[in-house]
Amino acid sequence: MNWDDIVAAMFGGLPDYWEILALVSNSVVAGAVLGLVGGLIGVFVMQRDMAFAVHGISELSFAGAAAALLIGVDVVTGSIVGSLIAAALIGWLGARARERNSIIGVLMPFGLGLGILFLSLYSGRSANRFSLLTGQIVSVQSAQLGWLIAIGAFVLIALLLMWRPLRFDSLDPQSAAARGVPTTAVSLGFMLLLGLIVAVAVHIIGALLVMALLVTPAAAAMRIASGPVAVPVLAAVFGVVSAVGGILLAIAGTLPVSPYITTISFLIYIVCRVSGSRRGRVVRAPSRR
Amino acid sequence: MSDAPADPPPTPLRIEGAALRRDGRDLWSGLDLEAAPGELIAVLGPSGSGKTTLLRAILGLEPLSAGTVTALGEPVRRRGNRRIGYVPQQRPLPRETALRGRDLVALGVDGHRFGLPFPRRGDRARIDALVDAVGASAFADRPAGTLSGGEQQRLRIGQALADNPGLLLCDEPLTSLDLANQRAVVGLIDRHRRTTGAAVLLVTHDINPVLNTVDRILYLANGRFTLGTPDEVLDSRVLTDLYGAPVFVLRAGDRLVVVGAPDAEDSHHHHHHDGDLHDDAGAHA
Repeated sequence: MNWDDIVAAMFGGLPDYWEILALVSNSVVAGAVLGLVGGLIGVFVMQRDMAFAVHGISELSFAGAAAALLIGVDVVTGSIVGSLIAAALIGWLGARARERNSIIGVLMPFGLGLGILFLSLYSGRSANRFSLLTGQIVSVQSAQLGWLIAIGAFVLIALLLMWRPLRFDSLDPQSAAARGVPTTAVSLGFMLLLGLIVAVAVHIIGALLVMALLVTPAAAAMRIASGPVAVPVLAAVFGVVSAVGGILLAIAGTLPVSPYITTISFLIYIVCRVSGSRRGRVVRAPSRR
Repeated sequence: MSDAPADPPPTPLRIEGAALRRDGRDLWSGLDLEAAPGELIAVLGPSGSGKTTLLRAILGLEPLSAGTVTALGEPVRRRGNRRIGYVPQQRPLPRETALRGRDLVALGVDGHRFGLPFPRRGDRARIDALVDAVGASAFADRPAGTLSGGEQQRLRIGQALADNPGLLLCDEPLTSLDLANQRAVVGLIDRHRRTTGAAVLLVTHDINPVLNTVDRILYLANGRFTLGTPDEVLDSRVLTDLYGAPVFVLRAGDRLVVVGAPDAEDSHHHHHHDGDLHDDAGAHA
């Protein structure tokens, strides 16, 4: 592959850019919703130390989608079923962080292996196959896109309604319980929402890359802010910029969407990390007595 | 359900015939305790003696094996009670916690509310007043993870005082604080009970920082308990009787040292944060 090929792969679609954009406008909306919700829920994923759980859920979600592909039912439904089974198992068996990590470590390769088995048994269109692992939002059918957007909206509303008790439970579960927060219900509710949004993310960015929208934006935001409004707002902005920016860049050429999304979200993280550590030095200095 | 606060106020805390049995062993039984308004009771005892569980039972978070608890005039039934202030054992917050100091206090004001997270009228003033009351205004806007242990503990007490509780439960609130911060935290707790008439139950492994502040001591050990004033409980004969082994209470200036108390009865209940009286006290000798 020479330089011209690379340029063609990246920018070959530029002459028809606006027509392509019109065709994928629903994908852009789905990406924006996922970026927004992923950034917000990521704040809690970080606070509850559940980044690894996100990865575990996404592999089982992938297995569910692959199974659905194989038996010929709706792929989105399949990924949701897989996600929710994983989220329920992790929520039920892994109350403590250490137990949780070992359960996820056991579930993850099993889910991934199962998914690969289903995919290799599947004889349909091969374009569908690996898009579940590495994502290809622009190839998702519009009926399914509608579902993905609706699920994202549902997760967003539910997350906002349980925002404060969830925050309390994430930061200090003992005090939260003492003040009457139904901590078990809040935790299970969070796992349910996390499972749903992971299933959405599997279709948009791919099971292997889900963390780029569910963990990285929030991790970046927490590097440069600490306010209760600033962190989620920044995380949501970073998520939307990564997801929408990735899709807008990708349709200029023939390369897949996911590498663009992961690269943008990674670059945002790097910038935040560098400027956060500068700021950290300034903040820390006066606290030394 | 009680409606408007009765006059005179209900007894902050009444425990009748309480027993705690874990893994087939009695940690204590037959515990009767009535805390008067404004009374500060220290709970002492080796690790694994059920001190934290006693506080959690008062909050309705853990069941007692027997007996009843009446807190602020109401029998404890459901999980959690916002009329009781609770300062759980401290875990230092991770550095990158997405939280400023004042947000720690704010959790006590609105952390339990479901619904869209918009502040209610008056929340801000309430949070400001609490931050001010615990002397945290100077550092309340800094990231909570960067605050010192003493600063975090003040804010956590601010959180516990959010609903002006008539009963305050503090679990090892002084652990890992330096002397100045210990005094400051004891001062905050003491002021709250003096100004509002709240009763305080304070679990501690070192009695010295609160020796001049406590009214009574509940000493849990050896499957039994002793309840009385500091002079009655912190006595070689009384503790020897409680432990069933020779224990000496020594006075060094204005400090007390308990020597020879057997270690926690069951090592598998040993929590690293729940140090035992004699180890720590011995270090002061």
